[in-house]
Amino acid sequence: MQFHKYDVVIIGAGGAGMRAAIESGQRARTAVLTKLYPTRSHTGAAQGGMCAALANVEEDNWEWHTFDTIKGGDYLVDQDAAEIMAKEAIDAVLDLEKMGLPFNRTPEGKIDQRRFGGHTRNHGEAAVRRACYAADRTGHMILQTLYQNCVKHGIEFFNEFYVLDICLTETENGPVCTGAVAYELATGEIHVFQAKSVVFATGGFGKVFKTTSNAHTLTGDGMGIVFRKGLPLEDMEFYQFHPTGLAGLGILLTEGARGEGAILRNASGERFMERYAPTIKDLAPRDIVARSMALEVLEGRGAGPNKDYVLLDCTHLGAEVLETKLPDITEFARTYLAVDPVVEPVPVYPTAHYAMGGIPTNVHGEVLRDNDNVVPGLYAAGECACVSVHGANRLGTNSLLDINVFGRRAGIAAAEYALSRDEHVELPENPAAAVEAQVALALSEHGQERVADIRTELQATMDANASVYRTEDTLKQALHDVQALKERYAHISVQDKGKRFNTDLLEAVELGFLLELAEVLVVGALARKESRGGHAREDYPNRDDTNFMRHSMFYKQGEGLAADIRLDYKPVTFTRYKPMERKY
Amino acid sequence: MTATAETTAGSRGSQPPVPDGAVTVTVKIRRFNPEFDDEPRWDSFDIPALPSDRVLNLLHYIKWYVDGTLTFRRSCAHGICGSDAMRINGVNRLACKVLLKDLLEKGGKQTTITIEPIKGLPVNKDLLVDMEPFFEAFRAVKPYLVTYGNEPTRERIQSVADRERFDDTTKCILCACCTTSCPVYWTEGSYFGPAAIVNAHRFIFDSRDEGAEERLDILNDIDGVWRCRTTFNCTDACPRGIQVTKAIQEVKRALLFKRI
Repeated sequence: MQFHKYDVVIIGAGGAGMRAAIESGQRARTAVLTKLYPTRSHTGAAQGGMCAALANVEEDNWEWHTFDTIKGGDYLVDQDAAEIMAKEAIDAVLDLEKMGLPFNRTPEGKIDQRRFGGHTRNHGEAAVRRACYAADRTGHMILQTLYQNCVKHGIEFFNEFYVLDICLTETENGPVCTGAVAYELATGEIHVFQAKSVVFATGGFGKVFKTTSNAHTLTGDGMGIVFRKGLPLEDMEFYQFHPTGLAGLGILLTEGARGEGAILRNASGERFMERYAPTIKDLAPRDIVARSMALEVLEGRGAGPNKDYVLLDCTHLGAEVLETKLPDITEFARTYLAVDPVVEPVPVYPTAHYAMGGIPTNVHGEVLRDNDNVVPGLYAAGECACVSVHGANRLGTNSLLDINVFGRRAGIAAAEYALSRDEHVELPENPAAAVEAQVALALSEHGQERVADIRTELQATMDANASVYRTEDTLKQALHDVQALKERYAHISVQDKGKRFNTDLLEAVELGFLLELAEVLVVGALARKESRGGHAREDYPNRDDTNFMRHSMFYKQGEGLAADIRLDYKPVTFTRYKPMERKY
Repeated sequence: MTATAETTAGSRGSQPPVPDGAVTVTVKIRRFNPEFDDEPRWDSFDIPALPSDRVLNLLHYIKWYVDGTLTFRRSCAHGICGSDAMRINGVNRLACKVLLKDLLEKGGKQTTITIEPIKGLPVNKDLLVDMEPFFEAFRAVKPYLVTYGNEPTRERIQSVADRERFDDTTKCILCACCTTSCPVYWTEGSYFGPAAIVNAHRFIFDSRDEGAEERLDILNDIDGVWRCRTTFNCTDACPRGIQVTKAIQEVKRALLFKRI
């Protein structure tokens, strides 16, 4: 075992983690731990843009952006947090530009802006050009720019260090975070990092689904660690399905395509979104477009030999717009489906994309241990966190914004907290014991179950029973399946017994997190007997503000995979917007 | 050694059902685990695969159902993260961007696909190499915007044409396909390599940047751009379609004529 001591430890090196590191690293001694290399993080797969009311191309202001975010989230958004995000969006974009991000430019040389789903002028009048972008590679440019600036500031990275636990020290005022425990992939060695502050920035858990835009590595590790510590997770039943995944594959095609004028059509060529969202049509928020697409298919109007997808028609945009503003998605369609978007429409279907829920935090990124109290020294930002700025449905571009605004805030808060403490709080006894036992158990002979089989079955039941549309029956089936898979997980076999780059072991550990988070998602979806944002219950088709205008809070009760989940609730923060019916 | 799906069935259990339209392919992989092996070896696996599968799917099949010790990096699986650069049938490619249908033998002959780690970096295990020397070269060229004086309140103004000037080199995902395809890099590991020069180019030709001279001084070094022999391997290897050799030539020209 190796021991390290830092002021701040950041776990995860995607957009949120590196944005936090740039702030923290200039203030306090900071280490960034990532299970990948920083530039492999999935922020790089984001395409379309990052919204901020710069008003570079038409009238706009941050109050409209706040309203759109809250309405887009079906009023489950904490309004104080949304206001902060929309206000700070402007500086967040300008900061990135100053760091070197190569945004596309207007003829005057300013940052160009494009339309995006759910972002409107004056509270819903029409789509507004608010998304700042770099072709359809905005996430790639953000990830590269943040990494470049980490290099510039000499940020210390521990690459391919897989964090498996955090250290909580009990004090008379409750638990305090005092460090993190990591497994070094290169050597199999355990490392204990003592720290005054720990920031989670570990991303989402899209791999609970089969059809997903998420990377193989997005397995909810951070959320899983926090949950296992008895700390809550918030709003986990709200999972976003991005309307335009490449059919059958789930690879993302940006909403920016529709922002540039692309149109969704059913088998007969009808622009069906005119029926579902008469004002902003194809640029309705993602939950509405995804449900509309699923309905078209369910009602027999899907395209293709099995009528199981719809078509994204970009042909009228012309080769130049596709090659200059949407080059990557044009290439994805050509490479993976052998379809050329310049001349033919692209088969698309919703793909599991983004967790609205996660580790509950306040607007400084401090992690909550219940509705009112924080865990001193523990922070979270980005997709793994729930501030909540996305409520029941995130608007497109608001995730790139979230990681920059709240990554920065968490980095500053973590560093300032660390600097305000003279001494490190003592670590709990044997801080590495749990991780050592976990690794030893996984490597021991205790069954013949294959990780890949359990994962495949998990993803199949989640796709079939807990995706765009859900009912009591499908969710009960999913819960039954997930619980059975958890029992089988106790008998998994890891074939690679070595210490060196044991990715077989890594996948086994990741599956454990996926199973627990899938169960939390399903338990939350069963309990929420209403339809709101990304959570659509066929048996409860309406929003029920009387009973469910509140955040779900999930707590693990007991030890081990078979432990129960306790569900509690937290009030939504309102400032100036009263809930209204959500029409577009 | 030949380990077919059938012969090793005992180790990972039964195989999943073979999908309609699958063909049997032989995947020949260069294996080496310094923890247990004295020297590298070749393993062959006969597995079912669909023509639409990516090579990454084939590797996953082997790892998940035949031999769990097979080790490689991967993440996004669609050519954006740059994790799975490897040598596929002798050329550097991302395993998630090569489709089996483009490798199939004609006339129904069984296809053999050869997969090796990228060359020029130390092999850590199987297809996984030590990326540290590669990133060290990247960090050495000051791969970030260098500016002096006060920052503007709003964004810096940049014309559409000035933005376009360095667009090609902004696409780099640091996968190392270019650098590890370069014969000069194979023999002289101290050479910065194409990827580092691409990332220097990205800033040298950015109208907002004021660090061009510092970077050009670095690249004028004995291990800098002059090592390039314009073999064009790098341009062929780039999964992002960057004109790598052209970018290196532009840096050379900037050094010769002190004109950016």
